[in-house]
Amino acid sequence: MDPRPLSSLTPGSKGVVASIQVPPAHRARMLEMGLLVGTPLEVIRFAPLGDPVEIRIRGYNLSLRRHEADLVLVREA
Amino acid sequence: MSTATSQRSFLAVLTGNPNCGKTTLFNALTGLRARVGNYAGVTVERKEGALLVSSRDQPVTILDLPGTYSLSPQSLDEQIARDILFQRLPEVAAPDLVLVVIDGSNLQRNLYYATQVIELGYPTFVALNMVDVARANGHEIDDRSLSAALGVPVFPMSASTGEGVKAFADAVKAHAARGTQRVIPREFSELPEDFGREAREIQGELSKLFPHRERLAAAEALLLLSDDQALQAHPDHYPAALQEKVRNARTRLEKSGTDWRSASIEGRYARAAAIEMAVITETGGPEETVSDRIDRVVTHQVWGPLIFVGILLALFVSIFWVAEIPKGWIEWLVGALAGWVSGAMPPGDLNDLLTNGVVAGVGSVVVFLPQICLLFLFISALEDSGYMARAAFLMDRVMSRVGLHGKSFIPMLSSFACAIPGIMATRTIETVQDRLVTILVAPLMSCSARLPVYTVLIAACIGGGAFVKGLTLTGMYLLGIVGALGMAWLFKKTLLKGEPPPLLLELPPYKRPLPSVILRHMWDRSSLFLRRAGTVILGINILLWFLATFPRDEGIGNRFEVERNQRIQAEHPGDTTPEAWAARRAALEGAEGEPGVLLEALRQLDREQAGEELRNSYAGRLGRLVEPVFRPLGFDWKMGIGIVASFAAREVFVSTMSVVYNVGAGDAGDEEGTSGLAERMKTERRADGTAVYTPVTGLTLMVFYVFAMQCVSTVAVVRRETNSWRWPLFQFAYMTALAWVLAFATRWIGIALGGG
Repeated sequence: MDPRPLSSLTPGSKGVVASIQVPPAHRARMLEMGLLVGTPLEVIRFAPLGDPVEIRIRGYNLSLRRHEADLVLVREA
Repeated sequence: MSTATSQRSFLAVLTGNPNCGKTTLFNALTGLRARVGNYAGVTVERKEGALLVSSRDQPVTILDLPGTYSLSPQSLDEQIARDILFQRLPEVAAPDLVLVVIDGSNLQRNLYYATQVIELGYPTFVALNMVDVARANGHEIDDRSLSAALGVPVFPMSASTGEGVKAFADAVKAHAARGTQRVIPREFSELPEDFGREAREIQGELSKLFPHRERLAAAEALLLLSDDQALQAHPDHYPAALQEKVRNARTRLEKSGTDWRSASIEGRYARAAAIEMAVITETGGPEETVSDRIDRVVTHQVWGPLIFVGILLALFVSIFWVAEIPKGWIEWLVGALAGWVSGAMPPGDLNDLLTNGVVAGVGSVVVFLPQICLLFLFISALEDSGYMARAAFLMDRVMSRVGLHGKSFIPMLSSFACAIPGIMATRTIETVQDRLVTILVAPLMSCSARLPVYTVLIAACIGGGAFVKGLTLTGMYLLGIVGALGMAWLFKKTLLKGEPPPLLLELPPYKRPLPSVILRHMWDRSSLFLRRAGTVILGINILLWFLATFPRDEGIGNRFEVERNQRIQAEHPGDTTPEAWAARRAALEGAEGEPGVLLEALRQLDREQAGEELRNSYAGRLGRLVEPVFRPLGFDWKMGIGIVASFAAREVFVSTMSVVYNVGAGDAGDEEGTSGLAERMKTERRADGTAVYTPVTGLTLMVFYVFAMQCVSTVAVVRRETNSWRWPLFQFAYMTALAWVLAFATRWIGIALGGG
């Protein structure tokens, strides 16, 4: 299956990060928070207003905006 | 660097990720003896305290660093932590021991930071916190293999229950007594070969350049090579030759296909994951944790926003209603103290300065203490429980519309009580631009000092029932919110442009907030506020007292004295000497029951005298001087005095207008004084006989107060926070200009709609 943007997944779906296309300057903290290529993740929910999205990686919950979630491609499990 | 003498206290710094229970551990280690202050030039909280178990002849100081995700800082908080660990903050000595706190229920990401810190080469202890939570989630952590993997002592504990804390504290004490020991250098990041080679090259250069912190060189080299900002942020610190070397190394790595930005991060996470795998035994936890279940309700599509609004309502109700009760007590106390001071010393200028300048000045700050305490109580509880992160999660969409983060929402919420704690809360915001925008707009949120002003103006100017009055008040609060969001949008579009960095918001598991931690937080922050605001307001009130008292025209006093004595003599023809008049007045004042006609008349003359003297004072002259500025808004010189005095602090308007209109010293929050002032304002007439305080004038004044920057304490805090006069002056100018223009618009729209 082709990788899809994280923002297009439905709550409950799981997958592995295939590539991160966020510009380099903004990528550093994302990587440091543990969102790396090859990291397994689960989509938990979207906020009531549709943005941001909450995901679970490496045993903890992190939220990021659609703006970035569009640029994180995930291969669904 | 370390000029260790036997007198110097042993310094242990406490560091770790946000939400790892660091503050709870700090409180457990230091008890109630910790001191809270600021680092020079910034208002990042500096918390330090003596280790409880340490002895007098071997003192151990624990310094609590701000929560940090990594050594490549993204916010002011994180920068301070990094600078201390890299010995770049002159005011903090080199740490003798580093205590890294790890959240055992979130091991992998916490290990990322912990291994970075261990690599710095300090003697290091690891506090493996929240082992009880990890156990409940089905993760049994073998602390001995963790210690072997990290190469440093590991202490399993649960700081919130106190389990394991004593053993940890004793170990710190024992280490301090033993003195320094050799540390075996460690590296945790599994680096690609070429990257490792380049890093060692730079490490060698660093060791030569900065021999006093040689043991940090390996870690520093790694950061210089992989962190974009590490070089840019300190262009003066690193010689040009070194900067050139780093850039060349990056180019070489890029050519060979190694991503220098991610190589060390990936390598470190690979090791952290391997360590986690090796030390955790899965014992089978619940399918869904309690925290997950709470979140299903609290961040639910429907219930989430409803709960959020409910919490906000509870916050407002407690600030504006519950806090009124202790506020009444404090007002009574301040009044009693003023009475006692005024009775204990002979009447005169000094007496007047102490009662009206000093006691009333300090009192006007202290009366806000219950509101401030309650606000901090709420905010601490929301932060400590983990709800704040959810509030930011829920509100982020709204804030992103104006170009800000959900994180900016918390400072703006705090500003409803007072802009000062709100502005202090901006220090967790990552980018300088976003932090500045939040600081610039925070004072537009209607703070508690505006409430007395709105209350008295609505009572004096707005007709109709409680509904119309309540609607007007709500309208003023909404106007502030809309103004703040609108200006934030405008600043982000023009002055402080810049793509915000990605929002990466951790949603930590919910915790039961510990009363000791919350109360501690509340007290620390409230007392910091009191000290700061107290000194500024005290000074301003003393100044105002001088402006309102001098120059003194003896003629006015004499004229009224003659008039008073004539009144007395008219009623009591037997009183013909000054002694007799004074005795008669004293007898009237001392009499039981309702004051008679004569006493009322005498008191009225006292008030008229005070008003006359004010008109003649520097403050009165100032009012007339600024009158041309405010005339287009329909304000006269008396309102001018009130507005000018309000630039010290908004609530001063009420007490100033009470003096201007001779209504006695009506306190800002005092209900009788306020309504008395409102009644008096209703009867105020222009020369042509029309009312001064029409609905349009009232609205115009209120709109002015919504937008104008009238708070010296806020200006002082913004000066401290931004470390320059540029931003506070800009803020003052834009807010005041905005206030004038919008007040002007309000007046003319009001007149066009048929108002007067």
